Amino acid sequence: MNVSQIKKDLPQPDSVPGGNSVEKMAGVPPPAARLSSDDGARPGRSANAMGELLVHKVLPALLGLLLFVLLWALLAEQSVNLPGPAKTWQSALELFDDPFYDNGPNDKGIGWNIVHSLQRVGLGFGMAALVGIPLGFMVGRFSFLNYMTAPIISLLRPVSPLAWLPIGLLVFKEAQPAAIWVIFISSIWPMIINTAVGVSRVPQDYLNVARVLNLSEWRIFTRILFPAVLPYMMTGIRLSIGVAWLVIVAAEMLTGGVGLGFWVWDEWNNLNVEHIIIAIFVVGIIGLLLEQLLLLVAKRFEY
Amino acid sequence: MNKYVLLEDVGQVFATRKGAFVALRDINLAVGQGEFVSIIGHSGCGKSTLLNLIAGLNKATSGVMLCAGREIAGAGPDRAVVFQNHSLLPWLSCFGNVYLAVERVFGRNERRPQLRQRTTAALEMVGLGHALHKMPHEISGGMKQRVGIARALSMQPKVLLLDEPFGALDALTRAHLQDELLRIVAAAGSTTIMVTHDVDEAVLLSDRVVMMSNGPAATIGGILEVDLPRPRDRLTLAANPRYAMLRGELLKFLYERQHRAVA
Ligand SMILES: Nc1ncnc2c1ncn2[C@@H]1O[C@H](COP(=O)(O)OP(=O)(O)O)[C@@H](O)[C@H]1O
Ligand SMILES: [Mg+2]
Repeated sequence: MNVSQIKKDLPQPDSVPGGNSVEKMAGVPPPAARLSSDDGARPGRSANAMGELLVHKVLPALLGLLLFVLLWALLAEQSVNLPGPAKTWQSALELFDDPFYDNGPNDKGIGWNIVHSLQRVGLGFGMAALVGIPLGFMVGRFSFLNYMTAPIISLLRPVSPLAWLPIGLLVFKEAQPAAIWVIFISSIWPMIINTAVGVSRVPQDYLNVARVLNLSEWRIFTRILFPAVLPYMMTGIRLSIGVAWLVIVAAEMLTGGVGLGFWVWDEWNNLNVEHIIIAIFVVGIIGLLLEQLLLLVAKRFEY
Repeated sequence: MNKYVLLEDVGQVFATRKGAFVALRDINLAVGQGEFVSIIGHSGCGKSTLLNLIAGLNKATSGVMLCAGREIAGAGPDRAVVFQNHSLLPWLSCFGNVYLAVERVFGRNERRPQLRQRTTAALEMVGLGHALHKMPHEISGGMKQRVGIARALSMQPKVLLLDEPFGALDALTRAHLQDELLRIVAAAGSTTIMVTHDVDEAVLLSDRVVMMSNGPAATIGGILEVDLPRPRDRLTLAANPRYAMLRGELLKFLYERQHRAVA
């Protein structure tokens, strides 16, 4: 098949109704920038530059956080129900003092809740990666598949994650697999789309090398497509994990069981607002850590 | 002289948004085995297009193209290409880039130590024995281009195709690599077709220089026989009146005939 044709045919992510450009969201570097960057030598960070970084980045960040906490404290002052930062901090210390206690199915430590949520996200996301990444490669490589799947992807991608929950409950007849199903179906799209876009953006020069050498399809995959697409793929994975983590709390609120989402709901029923606020921070921090971890991994795959 | 690479009435039309764009028309050219032919012309006249046709990377819209008596139906390792922008794979080392080619061509009949030896030998031939395991982003533009040349030569192609291989290099590096290429090609007896826009390079290296008219619908405007004896030495050639005359002919074609055609 004609390789250069795919470039034109692939549905651009921004053509999806209501969708934002995946690449814009993902911050995928334009291929030209990636290619030409190989000549630039990176100057070492001097002590001066470190000072600059401190003044221009770290200081404002700390100031922002401080302002946030102050605002929160002020608001809490005025409100009867909203606990302030100090009270919440105290409660958090107690909570994390014994994170892995186990008093039966409805009363487990915060640690267990985190572990269970991560487990669901891991399972749902892992299966999505197993299906989504190979599918993305095929969609990007074969224009027939591309045209075949484009309408389905465009239609299903914007669907709100929780809309999939009833289908999961209906099919699996159980809450646990239904929650994993929701994670699966809502986190698969960024991986399919980013991988496919990556394949269509493989520089023609590299494919010309493959043609002159007359490489087999397998060799083209292992030596050219896979390494060239890897940065795009990592972006897809990062977005997917973000979505999965975003969705898990909502899904668990509805399905119950052990997990952060269920815990939030439970504490709402107990009217323990400190714990709800702690849960929000925990969800945020874990999301941040996941993102940073994947950014770190992705850095290793840049050339 | 046999006709190792033969082009008859070759034309190339690109389908563009603004309709059909005739890039090349009526190209007739025969290149003998072991001959060194340069293609010279102004930027954008269709030199790369012509080279890609011979490489089999594009399909001609009309005409007949033969290599070693067979129709050119696609790209293949018998026609190695040194690309204009080196086209090294950035995730493979210099060694890895050349090894990929060596393995493809000789992997069927030879074992790994032999393949490695070929790879090392090819890189040593272009003076990169010390940089085998450097990554492309760790070496200079001239070195990258040399890896590209090593990759092409390592395949022992029937025809060596070069697209402005020294275009992006400084004058010293360029002169050095031109001399290397002369030596290597003479030793291997390869049939070579090289695109260039450098008049001195064309005269120094070639047996014949194909002069392309300006596009659109570019074609061969004339062919210059370079009857200078080999081996050629750039220093003695500089004082050779025949060299100066040939050089003048090329310049006249490029800057008088073609210039007027545009203006
Ligand atoms: N794939 C293509 N589609 C449309 N036009 C093309 C394509 N490739 C080359 N051209 C056009 O053909 C002409 C010759 O291009 P090229 O062979 O690259 O020139 P040169 O190598 O001599 O500088 C140019 O006008 C270029 O815009
Ligand atoms: Mg060109």
